Amino acid sequence: MTKKKNRNQTSPGAKKSKWALVWIRFRKNKLAMVGLTVLVILLLAALLAPLYIDYSQATKQSIREAFEPPSSRHLFGTDQYGRDLFARIIYGGRISLFAGLVTMGIAFLCGITLGGSAGFFGGRTDTIIMRFCDVLMSVPGILLSMSIVAALGQGLIKMLIALSVSQIPRQARTARASVMTLRNQEFIEAARCCGTSNRRILFKHIIPNVLGPLIVGVMMGLGGTILQIASLGFLGIGIAPPTPEWGTIISENQNNLMYYPHLGIIPGVFIMIAVLSLNFVGDGLRDALDPKMKN
Amino acid sequence: MEKLLEINNLNVVYYTDESVVHALNDFSLEVMKGETLGLVGETGAGKTTMALSTLRLLPEQVGKITGGTICYRGMDILNAGKKQLRDLRGAEISMIFQDPMTSLNPVMTVGDQIKEVLDLHFPDMQPREKNQKVDDILKLVGIAPERKDQFPHQFSGGMKQRVVIAMALIAEPKLLLADEPTTALDVTIQAQILALMKELKEKFDSAMVLITHDLGIVAEFCDRIAVIYAGTVIESGTVEQVFSQTKNHPYTAGLFRCIPDLTTTAKRLTPIPGYMADPSNLPEGCKFAERCKNCQERCRKEEPPMNEAEPGHFIKCFMPEKGGMTNE
Repeated sequence: MTKKKNRNQTSPGAKKSKWALVWIRFRKNKLAMVGLTVLVILLLAALLAPLYIDYSQATKQSIREAFEPPSSRHLFGTDQYGRDLFARIIYGGRISLFAGLVTMGIAFLCGITLGGSAGFFGGRTDTIIMRFCDVLMSVPGILLSMSIVAALGQGLIKMLIALSVSQIPRQARTARASVMTLRNQEFIEAARCCGTSNRRILFKHIIPNVLGPLIVGVMMGLGGTILQIASLGFLGIGIAPPTPEWGTIISENQNNLMYYPHLGIIPGVFIMIAVLSLNFVGDGLRDALDPKMKN
Repeated sequence: MEKLLEINNLNVVYYTDESVVHALNDFSLEVMKGETLGLVGETGAGKTTMALSTLRLLPEQVGKITGGTICYRGMDILNAGKKQLRDLRGAEISMIFQDPMTSLNPVMTVGDQIKEVLDLHFPDMQPREKNQKVDDILKLVGIAPERKDQFPHQFSGGMKQRVVIAMALIAEPKLLLADEPTTALDVTIQAQILALMKELKEKFDSAMVLITHDLGIVAEFCDRIAVIYAGTVIESGTVEQVFSQTKNHPYTAGLFRCIPDLTTTAKRLTPIPGYMADPSNLPEGCKFAERCKNCQERCRKEEPPMNEAEPGHFIKCFMPEKGGMTNE
């Protein structure tokens, strides 16, 4: 039945835009749809947080209510300062998810432009860009982010820059490799024979073809970035302490994990769910972007 | 007749890690307006190199044109600017590749790919007119216009080649370089595609250089033939002159002997002994000398000139009058 359906959807005359077709293929992947649903719920919960829970709940300290177990008043209980864990996680999600998405967005755009040009033009362009990336990659990612934050100063935007810069080389490298395998394909040569300019070939023929595999890398990187934000927070150079953020929440509670494990487990589960959903969506997108996908 | 393309003493080399490969050596060729020229030669003789050089699309860093001229309707292609070349490609000269499976972009619908040529060369054309032209050309190559929203993998090999032909012809180029357009297709489809190309070429009044190693195709579809060996044209003439087999270059004569003849009872075909001269280490004198039965002292020392054996029929051999003498 699915086969028949498939044929109908791509049958002659069916005027559908490219993105509509991508969506049709994406919808068939159950796991990806689950991931997307979870992500949408998480994003909505974070964005609409002020509608159902007050921000002061996440920051207001009241020692008397410290370490309360989960109850109807405090859905996930409270931490050592008596702050509501649910509120902290929801508001923390705003920062973690937002920062992760922005970081990867920047890293992806810069990476595909740099790596794409390096792979496509080769020669000196390639050498200059890739040696620059090598230098960046030879410094451990977290150390690089730390030094950039140290140089620029603390703050959300500065942290975003620091994280993006440490992600760019990895993205550029994958983009370059994918572009290089495509560069010598006959259809690229055929496009040249039609008088297509280099830039147009890069953006209209090569990048659409490498988008699939790159998106998976971005989604994987997104999970890593969320964890890196957490690491920076733990080191005290990420988000300033009272502001909740998933990684910070775990690191704050790490001394009490022995007696109150839920304080670490619950935010950990949120990070895991978010990262896992991102990976599922990434996988689904890769398949959906490939028109050759059979089912 | 008006000369469309004129290649004179073209030399092309490829640089590899160990050696320098001389792909084309003093290659000269003329293509007249509206004619179909068959370019025949074995693998590695330089057929594709010639086509790529004409469009200035030799692989950068590896391939280099070291001498000669290519002239297209008075335009010096070797000294043309980037913009000039882009305007030339696709609109004036277009190319059809050997393997239709790989010469289409897998993530673009075929309609978009054909339309792209119009986007490039007719930026002022109205979108509606462009769509109309795409539909028209699809009809001409025998594809239902409704299929233009499909992707290349939804087409069979022969259909893909039709799409490639549509792409090559939509801007109505004056010269079509067809690089073994039917080698990847099966024989029945081959005939269809060639007939289609011939028909469209006549409709648009374009000239065509048909690169092939199938003499049968040349006899059937071409007006003139040029035989190329080790990067040089060794014989050129009208199809009648060359196929009459009265005067031939020994190499061409050898090629004819490799075609099975239904009227004689022969157990085996007679192949040409030896291999083509190594293009990274070409011998002095005639490049075919090693394999030629009539090779003489002189052939190994001096390069034979292009002799006119009869009007319009050129043979690169010291004995053009007796050129066919290997047909003893």
